[in-house]
Amino acid sequence: MKVLIPSALRSYTERSDVAASGATLAAVLADLDRRYPGIRFRMIDEQQQMRPHVRFFFDGEPLHELSQPLRSDGELIIVQALSGG
Amino acid sequence: MAQDKEESVVQAQDRAVDAAETRHVVLLVATRKGAWIYHGDAARDSWRVDGPHFLGHIISHLVLDPRDGRTLLAAAKTGHLGPTIFRSTDLGRNWREAARPPAFAQSAASDGLPGRSVDHTFWLTPGHADETDVWYAGTSPQGLFRSTDGGITWAPFSCLNDDPQYRQWMGSAQDGTPDGAKLHSIIVDPRDGRHLYLAMSSGGVHESVDGGETFKPLLEQLAVVEGFDRANPTFHDPHCVRLCPSNPDRLYQQNHCGIYRLDRPSEQWLDIGKNMPPAVGAVGFPMVVDPRDADRAWVFPMDGTSVWPRTSPAGMPAVYATRDGGNSWQRLDAGLPSSQAWWTVKRQAMTADRLQPLGLYFGTSSGELWMSRDEGQHWQCIARHLPEIYALEVAAAATVSELLEVDGAASTASAATAASAAIAAAKAP
Repeated sequence: MKVLIPSALRSYTERSDVAASGATLAAVLADLDRRYPGIRFRMIDEQQQMRPHVRFFFDGEPLHELSQPLRSDGELIIVQALSGG
Repeated sequence: MAQDKEESVVQAQDRAVDAAETRHVVLLVATRKGAWIYHGDAARDSWRVDGPHFLGHIISHLVLDPRDGRTLLAAAKTGHLGPTIFRSTDLGRNWREAARPPAFAQSAASDGLPGRSVDHTFWLTPGHADETDVWYAGTSPQGLFRSTDGGITWAPFSCLNDDPQYRQWMGSAQDGTPDGAKLHSIIVDPRDGRHLYLAMSSGGVHESVDGGETFKPLLEQLAVVEGFDRANPTFHDPHCVRLCPSNPDRLYQQNHCGIYRLDRPSEQWLDIGKNMPPAVGAVGFPMVVDPRDADRAWVFPMDGTSVWPRTSPAGMPAVYATRDGGNSWQRLDAGLPSSQAWWTVKRQAMTADRLQPLGLYFGTSSGELWMSRDEGQHWQCIARHLPEIYALEVAAAATVSELLEVDGAASTASAATAASAAIAAAKAP
């Protein structure tokens, strides 16, 4: 699937959209980490929780669980949510 | 400690001084919005700025490895992303991210305690001189980590991070500092790499004599806020603890409740803050010791009255120095603003070099960098308009010829430099 990468994470991917595969959000993030080592930990902490200012949307719908199933023909958008100051 | 070990410490220090004379001084500035490296000339008269590195990243600590003079570790996170460590082996020209940054064990490994997540690495300490590539990291919330490969991978000290007693002493988020409870002041005894000290805000000062397999509190005679039990480490808030390199049996501590000295093997801290002028008080965050004279130390007092402004008392910033182990203190403010300067200097943002006469440095939360070439007698500002300064380290760095031996990828400073050139070009007539 196509994954849109926010600017804060492009130091890993060096581009704004990349391809990744997986049947769940967790699997897609694992695939991303294989391709771009270290990127997952910047988004998901060691207790497997989404970090407070990182959000995930699949075909426009917000994702709240890593176990959420994803279709291979959809579009995952990773968003750096508000973090001010 | 055995005499032969003491001699080896002195010899090691002499070697370090010799190395410093052939290298150059760098000031490592960690800020809320990136890192800067200031390269000083031999007289410390002029400074060449290199940076920003990691513009926009929150850099809590930037530390040079004294064992090689060229390896830098930067503790970083951003407003959006989780924490990590960046590593450079060529004094910041090229950076690579740690393969496994500090991370706590998952909750299942924590004996039923709720799992914790590292918010940021706050403190970095190089390991013992004989343990090449060993580093220690202290995190927020309180956690201790160790790397044995120069900072590439990090492992938790679960004996402390996940110990039920220690977890209780660490308290809750409400017991921590405003930007998160933290483990800091990780100290390695220069005579024995297995002898460690660390401090937690909150949680007190602790010692290990077995390389971190076990720790025990070191809190006797330390004051806590009135009404609380001083025997409970939870109520202790050490702001900064330093060991004297010339006498590793002596520690100084700037604490939430005062300034203290400890002469081992005693476990009783001596209140030396009571000798500060009452109008100034004994509250502050940094603690700096003389690398060659254990009777000399410096603090930067801040207002700890009423709602704790944490600014220079009366808006008149000053460093206070002792030459007699804290029995007396002298005000050092020549060159500093005489009024309306409401500065805050954080616990990692004041330091000393190893040159003669000794140079002292501090950075303010309003982004000013100040130094003294004469042990605090006179001060001058060497940089303004930086972001909030979190930490300041001064070190002897490798020479250019040494650094040229290393190759690598593009510098993180290049993007900002390119942007600066583009803006300058756009402004040109």
